[in-house]
Amino acid sequence: MATRRRWWYLLLAIPFVALLYPPLYARHDPELLGFPFFYWYQLLWVPLTAVLTVLVYRREKAARR
Amino acid sequence: MTAVTVAHDTEAATLAVFLVLFLAVTVVGFVAARWRRASLDNLDEWGLGGRRFGGVITWFLLGGDLYTAYTFVAVPALVFGVGAQGFFALPYTILVYPLVFVALPRLWTVAHRKGYVTPADFVRGRFGSRSLATAVALTGLLATMPYIALQLVGIQVVLGTMGIEGDWPLILAFVILAAYTYQSGLRAPALIAVVKDVLIYATIIVAIVYIPSKLGGFGAIFDRAGDALSQKDPPGALVPGTTDAQVAYATLALGSAMALFLYPHALTASLSADRAETLRRNAAVLPAYSFLLGLIALLGYMAIAAQITPSTPNYAVPDLFASMFPAWFTGVAFAAVAIGALVPAAVMSIAAANLFTRNLWREYVNPDMTDAQESQVAKIVSLGVKVGALAFILLLPTEYAIDLQLLGGVWILQTLPSVALGLYTRLHRYALLAGWAAGMLVGTAMAIDQDFKSSVYPLDLFGLHVNAYEAIFALAANLIVALIGTAACRALNVPDGEDATTDEDYVERDAQAAPLPATPGQEDRAGRFGRAVRQT
Repeated sequence: MATRRRWWYLLLAIPFVALLYPPLYARHDPELLGFPFFYWYQLLWVPLTAVLTVLVYRREKAARR
Repeated sequence: MTAVTVAHDTEAATLAVFLVLFLAVTVVGFVAARWRRASLDNLDEWGLGGRRFGGVITWFLLGGDLYTAYTFVAVPALVFGVGAQGFFALPYTILVYPLVFVALPRLWTVAHRKGYVTPADFVRGRFGSRSLATAVALTGLLATMPYIALQLVGIQVVLGTMGIEGDWPLILAFVILAAYTYQSGLRAPALIAVVKDVLIYATIIVAIVYIPSKLGGFGAIFDRAGDALSQKDPPGALVPGTTDAQVAYATLALGSAMALFLYPHALTASLSADRAETLRRNAAVLPAYSFLLGLIALLGYMAIAAQITPSTPNYAVPDLFASMFPAWFTGVAFAAVAIGALVPAAVMSIAAANLFTRNLWREYVNPDMTDAQESQVAKIVSLGVKVGALAFILLLPTEYAIDLQLLGGVWILQTLPSVALGLYTRLHRYALLAGWAAGMLVGTAMAIDQDFKSSVYPLDLFGLHVNAYEAIFALAANLIVALIGTAACRALNVPDGEDATTDEDYVERDAQAAPLPATPGQEDRAGRFGRAVRQT
């Protein structure tokens, strides 16, 4: 697939950067609802990744038409 | 506060609810054969449900298939035992979906076009190499078998917490599972997955609200867990503090994410979808299960905070449920786990049977099999695989199954260059085979060197110290050998295999937007595949 034509797939690389570099998020503070940062940050990336995937999905669908 | 030891007595309410739900699911399993009725005498129908599962069913099947009873027991057990490291399951399952979104529709399309049922089918066609396909098939089989056995551990654990010891309940559960899988094929776990997921979601949502309210809130849970973990020997941690721990965490997540869809059962569930589009849509929505898994992992901390002292870490969550929930709801929770073992066990045994039938039996024993014969052999093999897994758990220490499953995860990742990269680029077949062998060797050696106690290996090489997931090291060795080998083979003009696929085979056409027609078209495709195998 030509990345120039389908640049939006790069959006899917974001979760990898966000999650595969633990020094970014391996800490306790700031806490949220009693959850240390390490935990709520990762849980947050579930809906964030879903949103990114939906965005790419929509773009892909539009491009196919 | 004193430690809480949960007595494993048989509570009538718990057992009654459990049995009712289990019975309901058994009925569903048998009735499933009538759903989207078609002749189950060919492998496409029995082994892939006719490739007609739409968005909703695919979501349940994939979720039910990927999130196994063992996952629900082992992930919190790991968090209970060591803390933060066990949480890698969350980033792992988050990162699976972008990979799925990109690669899986491509595999679906070429599999649909050429009648491929297993990853080894694809490798056979793409690289024209019998030995590489066999290597992929064997790896898939070896990785799947212990996984099936471990689902039984999940059932054993909940039965044990209900005070039911002994082998016969397990045997009974498996006989029932074997019977309706034989009859209904992939349709059975697809429908049961719906029931299972409803139960799991209900259980976890209740647990995540009710249990913290009894324990003083999440802040208190994390505090108490952190304290308890730091007092262990070796000390656990709420957050991975050292570079070693962090590299291990990241590589465990990445390696597991890359490996998940290489497992035959994940591919079987995926290839049963009615169109590539279904897989994309699901990749966007399946993350709901990841969130669920994150919450399930936290149950491990809740067990620590509740001062549960299980006989083994695997009992942490069942004990927690038994001590916190009213008896009847404990029955619901346990049914969720037990049924959660049936779905993946069924799909895994079907996937293993598909592999054996297509890529070993048809390839080496009977190339002229009819569709009916294929389906028949697969049914018998699926049965045999379950019997084997049962025997394994009943006769050998559970430790062996756990060790083999750890190895299985390392092994299956070694099929990535041929199955996943093969969707985009063709490395040389001999180089791929050598790479596979190198990966298998490195991974297995590392696991043995750790006495199977850890899937993380502290490697000291060229003055560097890297503490990472064994499967990643193995994959690195694999890729290096495959790339260098490809360059060498091409330079020496070593003959490569024929590619039975063309570039168009990977591209979805508008014609694919519609769901598939009825069986005759599929039989034709399966027949064409058989003839293609004989010609090469």
